[in-house]
Amino acid sequence: MDMKVDKKKLNLKDKYKLLTRDLGWEPSYHSKDEIYPYVKYEGLKVHDWDKWEDPFRLTMDAYWKYQAEKERKFYAIIDAHTQNNGHLNITDARYLTALKIFLQAISPGEYAAHRGFARVGREFAGVGTQVACQMQAIDEIRHAQTQIHAMSNYNRYYNGFHAFADARDRIWYTSVARSFFDDAMAAGPFEFMIAIGFSFEYVLTNLLFVPFMSGAAYNGDMATVTFGFSAQSDEARHMTLGLECIKFMLEQDPDNLPIVQEWIDKWFWRGFRVLGLVSTMMDYMLPKRVMSWREAWEIYGVENGGALFRDLARYGIRPPKGWDDAEKAIDHMSHQLMLGLYQWSFGTAFHSWIPSDEDMDWLSAKYPATFDKHYRPRWNHIKKLAAAGTPYKNFGLAKLCQCCQLPIVFTEPDDPTMLCNRETTYKGEKYHFCSDGCRDVFEREPEKYIQAWLPMPALFQEQQGDIGAWMAWVSLGDGVDNGDYAGSADQRNFQQWRGLATSNQ
Amino acid sequence: MPVTAIKEYVAVPRDQVANFHGKQLVYVSWDRHLLFAAPFLICLPPETPFRELVEGPLKALVSPDPDAAAIDWQRVEWLKSNQPWTPDFDASLAANGIGHKDQLRMCTAGLNSLAPAA
Repeated sequence: MDMKVDKKKLNLKDKYKLLTRDLGWEPSYHSKDEIYPYVKYEGLKVHDWDKWEDPFRLTMDAYWKYQAEKERKFYAIIDAHTQNNGHLNITDARYLTALKIFLQAISPGEYAAHRGFARVGREFAGVGTQVACQMQAIDEIRHAQTQIHAMSNYNRYYNGFHAFADARDRIWYTSVARSFFDDAMAAGPFEFMIAIGFSFEYVLTNLLFVPFMSGAAYNGDMATVTFGFSAQSDEARHMTLGLECIKFMLEQDPDNLPIVQEWIDKWFWRGFRVLGLVSTMMDYMLPKRVMSWREAWEIYGVENGGALFRDLARYGIRPPKGWDDAEKAIDHMSHQLMLGLYQWSFGTAFHSWIPSDEDMDWLSAKYPATFDKHYRPRWNHIKKLAAAGTPYKNFGLAKLCQCCQLPIVFTEPDDPTMLCNRETTYKGEKYHFCSDGCRDVFEREPEKYIQAWLPMPALFQEQQGDIGAWMAWVSLGDGVDNGDYAGSADQRNFQQWRGLATSNQ
Repeated sequence: MPVTAIKEYVAVPRDQVANFHGKQLVYVSWDRHLLFAAPFLICLPPETPFRELVEGPLKALVSPDPDAAAIDWQRVEWLKSNQPWTPDFDASLAANGIGHKDQLRMCTAGLNSLAPAA
């Protein structure tokens, strides 16, 4: 005879306790210091790990269900995109330049963030932290995978996508993002949380993902929009984890304040420099533009960032040291970097172009104080050189910043006609920087940055300056993956295929 | 504070001159001529005469600027490590005191076709 048994169900609170806090047991044959050797050396004082509050009270079993559902939706849309030739629905193939940079520079960063969170999840001594970091580690590897999948369809039809992993390790503009993540991964667990939880999730995610995904939508790239939606729902959780960690550090001991402030100063500036690539994408690379970099900065930098620092002010945190210099750079950075991307286009795995008159009118409307005065004359001259059959290529290679690794394209904060030349000598060796912010980062921990692998000097160390050998090494097809968009195979193919799809010719 | 670490931290600089196969890096930029997005990185043996640096790579690199042909090289004012400095065109880079990774800046007052009117 079947007995009717009451199905016992734990209430949410008990379940949460069992699946998180009860995972932390008291060690009996090793000391806590032996088990968690990395929690003290950064100087952070933690008195009570149980004060760590999990922002979302999410347990692993619930997490699996949410994420599995998201994966199903994501792959259904990606399959539909592939089967319906979604690559022909984008505005034009110039848009793909932004995607190529994203795939080469940012997706490997997601993977790096995964590795970092897996590590600090082990190194932090509190159970709440461990569980939250474990989830974020899985999120980050999922983001790397979904980004690669979303963009892989374009690789069947267009150039420049095929060797993103080589690009990540070897090309000059990707080393900007790579050095950011290498720096974070080589830091202690608390600094890592500021690097990723604050700088990447707060400073970068908003300014990267929101305009990037809007850009994708405006330009008809539904594959990218899909991964954006799939990732964005995790980002809110990540931002809260980062903020929670900052508050935890500050509430545990007043001695933590100066350490946290230094990290905020450092990682704000490092994050801001990575955004240089995003500013160029927004102002130049989207055939159909969403908003200017300046407008995005007003919303996500000034308003959102300002609110964050007002929130942290009660702990004694002030806005990051480079905040004013960042504001002064907003009207210049995209123009300065795009000029570089154009003149070094032989050394990129994407296309660049001279902005059209219409593009320049848009830029002049968005940047009334700077574009016509400083940048239009340069583009007009470059246009003249191209029309004369001698298009401008700068074969000089570029001096790179020892810290952010960007070419030193940025000008003095108060003088946009003068390049910012900062240098320092450490143990008899000279080092160069693009800004006071980057020099400050170096001078705080010089031993770390003197080891930086800088792609341009490396070209002379490892390939003796042979550009052809370098191109082979980075898997870059000269004239195929790089150079001007006008006349490229990407442009030709896109127009031809779109013509076939939309006419009866 | 050299670095925050759990034990002694020993770092080796990556870009020492010994790694450049008998050559050295020299950075050169032309003040207020921002057609060139960044200072040029040039790699030469230290025994190269300064004149050769100018006549060879430098003149070729600055040639796309509309002011390039008008440069009077004898009147260029130079900065080295942001300090005023006078080169000896016939002496080598080494004899001119141009070390590995030194930054030279050229100033040519009055030549600024692409710069905004003041």
